[in-house]
Amino acid sequence: MNTLRFLLGQELIELESVSPTLTVLNYLREEEKRIGTKEGCAEGDCGACTVVIAEVVDDRLHYRAVNACIVFLATLDGKQLLTVEDLKTARNELHPVQQSMVESHASQCGFCTPGFVMSGFAEYQNRLHTLDDLPEPQSDEAATTHLTQVFAGNLCRCTGYGPIIEAGKSWLNQADKTNQQAMTEAEAKVIAQLKAIQPQVSKTLIQAGQTYIQPNTIPALADALAKTPGATLLAGGTDIGLWVTKQHRALDTVIYLGGIQALKRIEVRDGQLEIGAAVTYSEALPVLIRHFPWLEEYLYRHSSTQIRNSGTVVGNIANGSPIGDMPPVLIALNAEITLTRQGGQRHLPLEDYFIAYGKQDRQPTEFIECVRIPLLNSDSVLMNVYKISKRFEQDISSVSAAFYIELDDQQQVQVARLCFGGMAATPKRATHCEQALLNKPWTEATVHAAAERLGVDFTPLSDFRASREYRLAVAANLLKKFFIQQQKPNQATQISYTGGLIHA
Amino acid sequence: MHEPIHGITVNQIRADHVNSGVGASVKHDSAIKHVSGEALYTDDLSEPRDLLHIYIAQSTQAHAKILRLDLDAVKAYPGVMAVIQASDVPGKNDFGAVIEGDPIFADGLVEYVGQSLFAVAAEHIDIARKAAALAQIEYEPLPALITVRDALASDSFVLPSKTFRRGEPEAHLAQAKHRLQGEIKIGGQDHYYLESNIALALSGEDGDLKIFSSTQHPTEIQHCCARVLGVPDHAINVEVRRMGGGFGGKESQPALFASIAALVTHHTGRPSKLRLDRDDDMTITGKRHDYLIRYDVGFDGQGRIQAIAFEAASRCGMSADLSGSINDRTMFHLDNAYYLEHVSIVSHRCKTHTVSNTAFRGFGGPQGMVAIERVIDEIAYQVGKDPLDVRKINFYGPADDPAGRNVTPYFMTVTDNILPEIISELETTADYTARRAQIMQFNRENTYLKKGLSLTPVKFGISFTATHLNQAGALMHIYSDGSIHLNHGGTEMGQGLFTKVAQIVAEEFQVEIDRIKITATTTDKVPNTSPTAASSGCDLNGQAARNAALILKGRLTEFAAEHYSVDAATIRFTAEGVIVGDKLIAFNALIQKAYFARISLSTTGFYSTPKIHFNAESGKGHPFFYFAYGAAVSEVTVDTLTGEYKVDRVDIVHDCGASINPAIDTGQVEGGFIQGMGWLTTEELVYDECGVLRTHAPSTYKIPACGDRPRIMNIQLRCDPNREESVYRSKAVGEPPLMLGISVFNALNDAVASLADYGRHPQIDAPATPERVLMACAKLRERECKPDQALTHA
Repeated sequence: MNTLRFLLGQELIELESVSPTLTVLNYLREEEKRIGTKEGCAEGDCGACTVVIAEVVDDRLHYRAVNACIVFLATLDGKQLLTVEDLKTARNELHPVQQSMVESHASQCGFCTPGFVMSGFAEYQNRLHTLDDLPEPQSDEAATTHLTQVFAGNLCRCTGYGPIIEAGKSWLNQADKTNQQAMTEAEAKVIAQLKAIQPQVSKTLIQAGQTYIQPNTIPALADALAKTPGATLLAGGTDIGLWVTKQHRALDTVIYLGGIQALKRIEVRDGQLEIGAAVTYSEALPVLIRHFPWLEEYLYRHSSTQIRNSGTVVGNIANGSPIGDMPPVLIALNAEITLTRQGGQRHLPLEDYFIAYGKQDRQPTEFIECVRIPLLNSDSVLMNVYKISKRFEQDISSVSAAFYIELDDQQQVQVARLCFGGMAATPKRATHCEQALLNKPWTEATVHAAAERLGVDFTPLSDFRASREYRLAVAANLLKKFFIQQQKPNQATQISYTGGLIHA
Repeated sequence: MHEPIHGITVNQIRADHVNSGVGASVKHDSAIKHVSGEALYTDDLSEPRDLLHIYIAQSTQAHAKILRLDLDAVKAYPGVMAVIQASDVPGKNDFGAVIEGDPIFADGLVEYVGQSLFAVAAEHIDIARKAAALAQIEYEPLPALITVRDALASDSFVLPSKTFRRGEPEAHLAQAKHRLQGEIKIGGQDHYYLESNIALALSGEDGDLKIFSSTQHPTEIQHCCARVLGVPDHAINVEVRRMGGGFGGKESQPALFASIAALVTHHTGRPSKLRLDRDDDMTITGKRHDYLIRYDVGFDGQGRIQAIAFEAASRCGMSADLSGSINDRTMFHLDNAYYLEHVSIVSHRCKTHTVSNTAFRGFGGPQGMVAIERVIDEIAYQVGKDPLDVRKINFYGPADDPAGRNVTPYFMTVTDNILPEIISELETTADYTARRAQIMQFNRENTYLKKGLSLTPVKFGISFTATHLNQAGALMHIYSDGSIHLNHGGTEMGQGLFTKVAQIVAEEFQVEIDRIKITATTTDKVPNTSPTAASSGCDLNGQAARNAALILKGRLTEFAAEHYSVDAATIRFTAEGVIVGDKLIAFNALIQKAYFARISLSTTGFYSTPKIHFNAESGKGHPFFYFAYGAAVSEVTVDTLTGEYKVDRVDIVHDCGASINPAIDTGQVEGGFIQGMGWLTTEELVYDECGVLRTHAPSTYKIPACGDRPRIMNIQLRCDPNREESVYRSKAVGEPPLMLGISVFNALNDAVASLADYGRHPQIDAPATPERVLMACAKLRERECKPDQALTHA
């Protein structure tokens, strides 16, 4: 019952005892001697350790590239782990992704290469089997954009990426041309094997005084947390992984949310989009973009494929970071969270969750079950979001901003919710600035006067990401940009992470 | 054994050239191993029994006396097998590459945050790390100099300042029609090789050590470990098959880690491994030097420079390391491609209480070139001309220039200047003039987004400026089955050196490259090697290997001539086999015959670069064998409300001489450009006032990602044969392309300058982070509001 079971390639691995904080990377390199997977940074930023996790979704295998350095081994229960060693065929032939890389001279020192190969492999496999309509023959431009998303989480210091993109165009094309919706025989076998090891009950694994609990229902989670108040709640691990690899913290009790189907819900109910605590960014992304199209640019800049494949929207809230990118957006959208504990539940405006730096309104026995976002259904709502960072991709914001404005018939501001990240110790609304907008005509003069008030709302820090002066200047300029974009939709006002110009 | 094969006569032989010889785009020899994860890096080698893992305890102070270092609790921690500190070093407690001053372990004094204090060895790295934290350390803080300005204010230098001087710069500055003065701060750069530093030490008989190190300089590791242990050089053997990137960062500094592993193995008799995690690597090891460069230039109405004075000060950190040569190279490249008639170049090598900065692709040259390219742009804005026109009238003249505008500030005559041809080609292919007009129009029509364009040239001197390093050796065996074992002193860090050298050998023997076994660099095969650096890897080792091949080819030819009684001059090695008289003999067959005839099939090869000399006292000489040239045009778009930007298009023409491998050379050009772009844009090293590096991992230090690559990137190699007799008339290509990235930096400045109608230069310091760009926009806009305020460049 309390056994961790997963497939390593085709081999079933069963472990009765495992440290809750053993990373997949250390397991692979130290215990399995699979040394093709490299450590580049141990914080999920460089992608050299990229491996692929295959899971059964709707009776099919779905492949996800993740950073092995910050994924804990115990979370692989019931899944298949694939590494670069698994890619060659039995006849020692290279996988098309590998072969394309060779043909395009896409490796120099080669240390990042297995990571790129695995990112490409996940994309290739999913594309090969996609049930969606085959994409139109992609333009060169569109293929480059797509590959940039696929590889945003893989750093290469040698090639300048050109040959990797070229290789990518070749294997993308190959996957599309050989598209075979059905799973292969080998994959069907894996599906059967995985089905046989799907966890049916809650599990507890203990090693050397550390406990890993994997509840499989919400009540079981509430029970577990009631018994071990303050235990570490683990969802995607994109933050907690760093507690272990960077801060070298020992975590006594870890409770994993990923085994609870009920927390993987993402659905619209009563005009609100509800996102469960175990929903990853990758799962949420298409739904979020469908309801909030202006989020697309923001979400692709927010994180890499590997991080979106692990990290959860609720995790981005729960950890209370002042520079998490989703809270400002969700606060501007007036989102609410549900906090659940054994025998009870409460609802809280997200804004009220953040009390001070490192302090949130959550009791040691509570967990965030879901976040609920009111859908926008009025033409009188103006909204946009902005993320500012040194690098477009995979960078922590120096400032993030989300602006929600409702106008009345006379173009007077009725509601203003302007929320910023990176400007204070918590994600915070600019209340003075909002006041300066309320009941005023939506004009340049109003906006400029309101932007002046940001200096009253915020006293940001200077650090290695940005100075106080820059943060204040950018925050004010973003509000101005927001106004310009509403007023002059034909004017190019923004640079896309894909390199194009954005006209609002 | 076998007589002529194929049954064909010589007349029928196709004149085929071997497929994988010189000039072919042969794949990197490890390409398949890279993609399959089978390429072994040092951390991937099978771990020996009893292996100990080592953690280095680091100083938390930038400058302090160590009053007490109590390691009792560290030693007592369960699982700790050894704790090593300064007093445990049997030989010299120093790993300084050229000059002493880099203690292996601090001895009473620390001079940077991250400096090694002691090392802990245990069976797992977690144990060693935990134990290290238990040390009781008492410091007495001393005043710390962190920045270049701090050091200049305190006259704190690691080496004496140097000057190049020609003509009468002061007098001509005073007389010049136009004059401007300014300064630019140029940030450093972390190498961010994907594989962090690592060493693995194994003990053998007699206390001898075998060390695997991720290093560009195995000989330095060997000599350093021998010094540290107090044993002869022959007791240490160092091996490196490949590195996961080097970029100069693994030239001098891996000696620290190899030395510590050697010490642990020496003391315990057990194998030991020291692998740094990313944060420790970035904290403990040096980076590209950051600079403060002041300039004072006089020029005429056309923008022609009449006199210029530079004062360049770099942050060397706590020791000299390679800073002498690095700063020399800055001095050698402050002219970049321009003739500076009356010139003075002063170089200060500042000592600060920060990590000792070190080699990085370009080796001080790029910083000098950034400065002169800034000056050229400022001149252009001042005289109201397109910067490209100002560049052109300042370029070095041809070899026979009647005006003598072809002598560098160090009195070397430039005889191989092909920049005019390169620029002309690039102007056409990049459509420079038309795009300049389009950009001006875009900027008139757009209020918030602005575009910039810049064409910058590169002229980079090839050779180590320390003349003695310009030598290389190779070792070659041909086994009796005809397979060839190739070894040389160069190291493989991804640049494709092993492939290119193997191509040269394949070319000489006219055999396919798969017959040649490329082997790891080891100090017991080729001794006293130079670092694989200064872009010289192929020039030196390729020529040494070629010389070895020529020796063996000579012996085989002599043998065949005698054996078959033909004139040696008529014997030819071809892709089909060796033509001896009217016979065609398979290479294998000839080798077997030679073996039975007791001909030696093994040799060394050696090469030393001709023509080079330099007198450091007079600042005169011929330090470079030749120059490599190139130029790039970059177009950028800047968001003037946030400072964010994208590089939209880049066109490059780069000189590789007669390329040995165009695919590999193109890879160097492209990768070098992106790395140079990263240095000058998003890669920002931030030290706080206590000297703590705050950007020590990819979460905080941003090298270019996939999406930063310009969407349009046209790279053209210019493959004119080198005018000097380099190996197969090729040219070095490792470093020069990095400096093509300067075009991005200047284009960003150009975009911002549009805010003030190009009347003023925005003077953005490097790196041009979005913050610096926005602040420059604000500055220009402010000034624009007060048009009557005179512009001062002081």
